[in-house]
Amino acid sequence: MANFFDEMYSDGNSSVRPHYDEFSTWLAAQSAETIARKRAEADLIFRRVGITFAVYGNDAGTERLIPFDIIPRIIHAQEWATLEAGLVQRVKALNMFIHDIYHDQNIVKAGVIPAEQIFRNAQYRPEMQGISVASDIYAHIAGVDIVRAGQGEFYVLEDNLRVPSGVSYMLEDRKMMMRLFPELFLRHKIAPVAHYPDMLLDNLRSVAPIGVTDPTVVVMTPGMYNSAYFEHAFLAQQMGVELVEGQDLFVNDNAVYMRTTRGPKRVDVIYRRIDDDYLDPLAFRPDSSLGVPGLLSVYRAGNVTLANAIGTGVADDKSIYPFVPDMIQFYLSEKPILNNVPTFQCRKKEDLQYTLDNLKDLVVKEVHGAGGYGMLVGPASTKQEIEDFRQRVIAKPDGYIAQPTLALSACPTYVESGIAPRHIDLRPFVLSGKTVSMVRGGLTRVALKEGSLVVNSSQGGGTKDTWILEK
Amino acid sequence: MLSRTADHLFWMSRYTERAENTARMLDVHVQTGLLPQSVEDAEKGWRAILGISELQQAFDKKYSVLTQKDVIDFMVRDPSNPSSIASCLKQARENARAVRGALTTEAWEIQNATWIKMQGYLQTDALEQNPSEFFEWVKHRSHLSRGVTIGTMLKDEAFHFIRLGTFLERADNTARIIDVKFHGAKEGAAYKKNGQQQVQSKEQQHAEERKDAIAEPQVDFYYWAAILRSVSGFEIYRKVYRDVITPARVADLLILRPDMPRSLLACMEQVVGNLKHVRNDISSDTERFAGKLHADLKFSNLDEILDAGLHDYLTRFFERVFELGNRISRDFLVPLNT
Repeated sequence: MANFFDEMYSDGNSSVRPHYDEFSTWLAAQSAETIARKRAEADLIFRRVGITFAVYGNDAGTERLIPFDIIPRIIHAQEWATLEAGLVQRVKALNMFIHDIYHDQNIVKAGVIPAEQIFRNAQYRPEMQGISVASDIYAHIAGVDIVRAGQGEFYVLEDNLRVPSGVSYMLEDRKMMMRLFPELFLRHKIAPVAHYPDMLLDNLRSVAPIGVTDPTVVVMTPGMYNSAYFEHAFLAQQMGVELVEGQDLFVNDNAVYMRTTRGPKRVDVIYRRIDDDYLDPLAFRPDSSLGVPGLLSVYRAGNVTLANAIGTGVADDKSIYPFVPDMIQFYLSEKPILNNVPTFQCRKKEDLQYTLDNLKDLVVKEVHGAGGYGMLVGPASTKQEIEDFRQRVIAKPDGYIAQPTLALSACPTYVESGIAPRHIDLRPFVLSGKTVSMVRGGLTRVALKEGSLVVNSSQGGGTKDTWILEK
Repeated sequence: MLSRTADHLFWMSRYTERAENTARMLDVHVQTGLLPQSVEDAEKGWRAILGISELQQAFDKKYSVLTQKDVIDFMVRDPSNPSSIASCLKQARENARAVRGALTTEAWEIQNATWIKMQGYLQTDALEQNPSEFFEWVKHRSHLSRGVTIGTMLKDEAFHFIRLGTFLERADNTARIIDVKFHGAKEGAAYKKNGQQQVQSKEQQHAEERKDAIAEPQVDFYYWAAILRSVSGFEIYRKVYRDVITPARVADLLILRPDMPRSLLACMEQVVGNLKHVRNDISSDTERFAGKLHADLKFSNLDEILDAGLHDYLTRFFERVFELGNRISRDFLVPLNT
């Protein structure tokens, strides 16, 4: 029996879970040639449509496809209902938390989170202190990474509240599946996701500065060599708004304008896909040409909305993560619906000791790391790697957290040797504006290397269509 | 729309059109190369191609002798030549990618698929095996790109900037094709007569041009047929004139006929029309400039042009088109802050 939860099979591959029944029957009837042909077709279409991500490196402009797997990840309606309730609760609390720390700091005063955890955090932005933002919303778009472990319980692995990516793959994977296997959609009732851009636009319009009734919304990208450029262009097009770069915008009389062929046009809401540091060279990194000089002052004056707000990183940091269940209690007086992964904070003496004693069994992460870099997966590492990491943790304990190695759930996936289980996670996208909402679905990422737990696309991970079955 | 977006759209269509015209020009040369001709004539022809595209220097820097194979290689696949077909299609795609959201899915996919397919093409020896087939393919992709624009895009600013780029580029390219051909014909004739090149005064030159343009043509039938074919004008010529091919009528067709899709007049009509649709507070001078250029063509006749000297006329035309391109850039594509 496998030591991880399999999404499709129970009892160690002997029986199919009921919500995979229909799919399993269909799959058994497909010839290897048909599947091979469809997979090749998918590659071709992705390539032609240009659904690629840019690869950083010596050859500027290299584009790569993210591997797409044709076996869907299927989630039962009831399970989704729980997930959704948990996500709404979590993102609500996170938004309240960000508002609180930039205003009254009640949670610090109440002693729930130590002050230095917040105010010494590199992601804390003093510029935001006391600034009011529309509807008190900071993380307008949140991508919450969820894994399933043990007997199939869901855990939140990470809250992404800055510029989470991947929603375009959620939408394109669905389009691809519908195109390749229309018959599957006749045989299942699968919740649609294609209206996401519509919801996003509605959400962005709802958080326009006060008094603006017909806001001009734009998507702001660092440019076409950014790894997520496809997504930026895609969302702008799907919403029917301009895709701007910093050079297209300028500040005048405490307002932001874009340069158009008919002269300057006022901009009210910027869905920015560019990190805080690069937004405004006058306020943050002076060497950056990606941003707009003076943007921060317009923002602080309340004359433009940035989504997400500046300074949200303080809440999705790995050192804040352990406190999210406490936040939910504190702000909503509710019991957290979704579990956190138990986390050892190396800045605490006893946690550090435990971590150092058990490195070979733990996953250790840099507090500010992202993209699967700067982490140690104990059970998959050599003695030397573990020792090297031990020195790094000892040198800077507050830079690290540790978690037990979760046996992530796996989903059958096409690999070179045929169909085999591969570990997966799930990133649903939660929108916050006047309300908190989401489409029923998300991006399932899959670690294509056997046994690997790293699903990031920058590390060779792939994606799958995610089906929420309607019952 | 964003100025930067308009700029990318404008250049996307210019590069596509340029690739097409280069393919047209090269194809005609490859085809005429199949006819009996002296080594010198063949070389002169290829030199003219490089001259028309202002690439003579760049080519000579790279190659010590001129062969058809090297010219084609240089004009088709050389990444160091910014005007090669490969460079143009790559730049067209890069421009499209920068603003893919401003294009319809179909319009973007044509640009992207063309670029992908071209890379595959150039990795094989298909070009060497059958250059005409490759040139046909380039033309075909350009037709597709234009067609999908017209067939799928909203007739908004984005559309008009794309069309502006197409016709401005085409006006320039057609003028160059005419110029090099008439120049080549004249020089060829001079060689035939005297066995060596003559030094001529301007007036003599114009007189020669004029004589050539109205001369009875049988000897040069293939020459003029080739230029017509390079702009898809051979059948049109027959339909319009129902007569033997004379250089003067070829010039008339390609410069002054409003109903000939690649003529200078037809291109300028489109430029003026599209410009009107995107007009802004500062563009009236540019509109007037374009309007004058258009009116000059509209109210000219061939005799006047030949009297003034065809080559000089065309040179003046390139300069004005170039100036117009700069004005469009200044007024719409890279405006100042306010």
